[in-house]
Amino acid sequence: MKDTDIKRLLYTHLLCIFSIILSVFIPSLFLENFSILETHLTWLCICSGFVTAVNLVLYLAVKPNTSSKRSSLSHKVTRFLKCCIYFLMSCFSFHVIFVLYGAPLIELALETFLFAVILSTFTTVPCLCLLGPNLKAWLRVFSRNGVSSIWENSLQMTTISSFVGAWLGALPIPLDWERPWQVWPISCTLGATFGYVAGLVISPLWIYWNRKQLTYKNN
Amino acid sequence: MRLGSGTFATCCVAIEVLGIAVFLRGFFPAPVRSSARAVHGAEPPAPEPSAGASSNWTTLPSPLFSKVVIVLIDALRDDFVFGSKGVKFMPYTTYLVEKGASHSFVAEAKPPTVTMPRIKALMTGSLPGFVDVVRNLNSPALLEDSVIRQAKTAGKRIIFYGDETWVKLFPKHFVEYDGTTSFFVSDYTEVDNNVTRHLDKVLKRGDWDMLILHYLGLDHIGHISGPNSPLIGHKLSEMDSVLMKIHTSLQSKERETPLPNLLVLCGDHGMSETGSHGASSMEEVNTPLILISSAFERKPGDIRHPKHVQQTDVAATLAIALGLPIPKDSVGSLLFPVVEGRPMREQLRFLHLNTVQLSKLLQENVPSYEKDPGFEQFKMSERLHGNWIRLYLEEKHSEVLFNLGSKVLRQYLAALKTLSLSLSTQVAQYDMYSMMVGTVVVLEVLTLLLLSVPQALHRKAELEVPLSSPGFSLLFYLVILVLSAVHVIVCTSAESSCYFCGLSWLAAGGVMVLASALLCVVVSVLTNMLVGGNASRKNPVHPSSRWSELDLLILLGTAGHVLSLGASSFVEEEHQTWYFLVNTLCLALSQETYRNCFLGDDSEPPCGLRVEQGLDGATAAWQDGPACDALERDKGHRSPSASQGLRGHEKWMVLASPWLILACCRLLRSLNQTGVQWAHRPDLGHWLTSSDHKAELSVLAAISLLVVFVLVQRGCSSVSKAALALGLLGVYCYRAAIGSVRFPWRPDSKDISKGIIEARFVYVFVLGILFTGTKDLLKSQVIATDFQLKTTLMTKFIWKPLRHDAAEITVMHYWFGQAFFYFQGNSNNIATVDISAGFVGLDTYVEIPAVLLTAFGTYAGPVLWASHLVHFLSSETRSSSALSHACFCYALICSIPVSTYIVLVTSLRYHLFIWSVFSPKLLYEGMHLLITAAVCVFFTAMDQTRLTQS
Repeated sequence: MKDTDIKRLLYTHLLCIFSIILSVFIPSLFLENFSILETHLTWLCICSGFVTAVNLVLYLAVKPNTSSKRSSLSHKVTRFLKCCIYFLMSCFSFHVIFVLYGAPLIELALETFLFAVILSTFTTVPCLCLLGPNLKAWLRVFSRNGVSSIWENSLQMTTISSFVGAWLGALPIPLDWERPWQVWPISCTLGATFGYVAGLVISPLWIYWNRKQLTYKNN
Repeated sequence: MRLGSGTFATCCVAIEVLGIAVFLRGFFPAPVRSSARAVHGAEPPAPEPSAGASSNWTTLPSPLFSKVVIVLIDALRDDFVFGSKGVKFMPYTTYLVEKGASHSFVAEAKPPTVTMPRIKALMTGSLPGFVDVVRNLNSPALLEDSVIRQAKTAGKRIIFYGDETWVKLFPKHFVEYDGTTSFFVSDYTEVDNNVTRHLDKVLKRGDWDMLILHYLGLDHIGHISGPNSPLIGHKLSEMDSVLMKIHTSLQSKERETPLPNLLVLCGDHGMSETGSHGASSMEEVNTPLILISSAFERKPGDIRHPKHVQQTDVAATLAIALGLPIPKDSVGSLLFPVVEGRPMREQLRFLHLNTVQLSKLLQENVPSYEKDPGFEQFKMSERLHGNWIRLYLEEKHSEVLFNLGSKVLRQYLAALKTLSLSLSTQVAQYDMYSMMVGTVVVLEVLTLLLLSVPQALHRKAELEVPLSSPGFSLLFYLVILVLSAVHVIVCTSAESSCYFCGLSWLAAGGVMVLASALLCVVVSVLTNMLVGGNASRKNPVHPSSRWSELDLLILLGTAGHVLSLGASSFVEEEHQTWYFLVNTLCLALSQETYRNCFLGDDSEPPCGLRVEQGLDGATAAWQDGPACDALERDKGHRSPSASQGLRGHEKWMVLASPWLILACCRLLRSLNQTGVQWAHRPDLGHWLTSSDHKAELSVLAAISLLVVFVLVQRGCSSVSKAALALGLLGVYCYRAAIGSVRFPWRPDSKDISKGIIEARFVYVFVLGILFTGTKDLLKSQVIATDFQLKTTLMTKFIWKPLRHDAAEITVMHYWFGQAFFYFQGNSNNIATVDISAGFVGLDTYVEIPAVLLTAFGTYAGPVLWASHLVHFLSSETRSSSALSHACFCYALICSIPVSTYIVLVTSLRYHLFIWSVFSPKLLYEGMHLLITAAVCVFFTAMDQTRLTQS
């Protein structure tokens, strides 16, 4: 039971990583002059779209959250709309936090916002898929000893590693190497992406490694 | 011996200050000097080289010019003369540069680009050490050989008008002088009129040989409003008219004298885009140098572009021009165009004199000088020169002579260039021995502090310092013996000068005793710990004391910051590090308060009265909630009880306060752009202080003063309340008097006084508050001393949210203090020190109060936060040992970066940016440690008074 779960987790995560890799290579077939650094904003949009799509497909296909009850169409629609609103809100609040961290207020606003979008994609979208628009559940998952399944455990790890990646990505900005990737917000988005990928890779392995010690309330 | 941890920490920091002082003395090397400095007697000039036939020319060549006028304009940047500004505002100078009989150069000043070292460089031709910046405010008489000294010995009459620094540097050298003081930065007209008013009389008289004028106005304008201000244009036009006056007068005088006159226009340093100077950016380093004389013939249509030369070349050129010996320490080379019009024999003679002087300097400073390419070139050209002289004396064909002569000339010029370069790159050796001694002392203290962490943070806040442990006396004496042996060996074998060896035996012995005693203490503490550790391991007291995220953040942040000091960009942009850390801290705090508020009710046991339990209470403290900081166990009085006691809007305030702090930080951060990469960005501070926004500034200042009053007056007696109100009123009056804000009833006051009366008024009230003995003295004093608007804003900011979020621990205070240091506009660059803060309320330059005020104004942020910490902790009645714990933590957290930094700097001492980036930071760190020592003394004093009261 548990091993098959972990295997499913690993496969879904590999799919997510694959989607990010695809977002790097596929657009160059259709778009001219596409490169991550020079047409960074395009890449951000594409990557965000790919990851969201993969997450949604996986959510529909795998349905890890078995406890969700059958419900009417209108309920589903409101749920979906709520998710969209939550996503937008998270984008805006990330934007505000970046500005508080020292991002320029007026110039480069689009870049900052797209960074907020991609960070939301890596963090909020999986949360919405797994937990739904339910703040109480979110708080539970992100507090200590609050996780109740390996899915939530891996969610916690990927989210935190994305944040840490974005945080670490800001470090090289003041260095005077004058590299193209040091420009705001490229290093941060790359950091967030690497953090996300690292979280995706590490979390199944970590869960597999500690599967004996892990006990969840529901299982 | 038992000591309170506060006292212990204070002693440790005091010893560390000593260690740092020794280190600094060893680190800043003495500049390249001629060892013949002590002998003032004139050496005979080097005779002309000759091969075979003896030359008859052994005396110094006669002067080329009869009168020399040097016009030094402070902070004259090269583009002010050669750029578009020069064309627009200095038409006469531009005409002279483009068409007149003149030579123009761009003289490159070496950092530190501060006035006094630059004057020294111009007049001695040597490269002053970095330490000269520190002594800039208190310039002692120049002991080195200089053009001025040579001119005085040669009986020339020198007149000086301008910056007082010259008079201090060259006392009794001028037959007539009038020094203007440079310390009222806001005055830029009077200071120059005081120079110009003598001009007419002096130019008419003509009983002098050298006239030096030093104009300060341009520099002052730069400091006030930057290089793009309209005031600059006016000042440049004024300088242009001064130059025209001097030039026409000199030209009319020339008919009476056989020799032409020389007019030199130069700047001592440039001006950065923000208007300050001190560092090594292109704008600060490049200054114009224009030599004007009718001797410099020029064909029409001869367009010359200004060549890049060194500022140190001026001294050698002036000496040659006046027929004086070149100053002994000069590393500059003659500006050849000046002597180009002379006969070949004289040209060669001048170049020979210069190369001989440089090679002598090289011989004295470089042991292996014979291998130096410059020296080899010199020997070669000297031989060629001898041959040329023989041919010349034999009166060979003139064309042959000329060809050979120009070959010798080229050879000489190349030799000069190489010699000058190798001398100026030849920084004197670091005094490694002194540095090592300092480092050892500092590291020992740090180890001691680190080792005593568990003991010092124990509930009793006391620790055993095994000073008189008899078992270690043998080790103690052994170490002393070894150290003295090392001392003797090093000092007898050292070739370069060593400060520590130069100390008297008593002082050196004292330091050695101190070092070995510290070593013994460290060893004994270590053994105690090992023995005690074995005993305590048997009873597991705190098996599950895990660290919360906050501790992890604090630990990682400290480590990260310390490591980042090894990279020059991170040192330049250190403010970014602190802003980043403080923001992250705020976010972490907000996350914890959220968790407490929303989840605390159902998932965690309600925390009741939390008693400070010290080390063994770590587990309990952990269970009390993540808010309790397990690392800094001394005080975990954050708002953990938020979930219980606070209801309704109070809860919301607690939740909102981190965001409020974040928003305030963002606002403050945009107040002053600092650092290097983004320093040119527009910021709010400049916007507010520009003259167009006086009304906004006035309103803002008034509001912030009002808020300060409202927030501070709580819990004061009525007397201190009144004193505070009057003090704050005085602050506003002062700012109105110096013209930065205005009164609503007097909107267009033009008269700008210096605000001395108002400032003294404030001081009186601050003293009054001090004597009434309230706790608020520091806050109001800060406001009174640092008159910047930002401070008032800051205070407003500190007191407001912290009322709600009474949740700070020492490290957080330290972090915030550091961030505020940079919010104020400081950076790790000497140029950003606001010396004008030191002259508030002073008529003239008085050294001690000025230095104190400047230091206080610069470090207002950290001191303010430290005093808030004291206030906060002493108002808490929970724990008696909180203050001494805080003192210990403060000492520790400050000494970690300092001690790591000196090790880093020692290993990076040959880095490219060691002078421009790392050395200023080192000075800042040393100063910070001194401030920390003062803060620790204050902590301990507060602790003692508390103890005696209770």
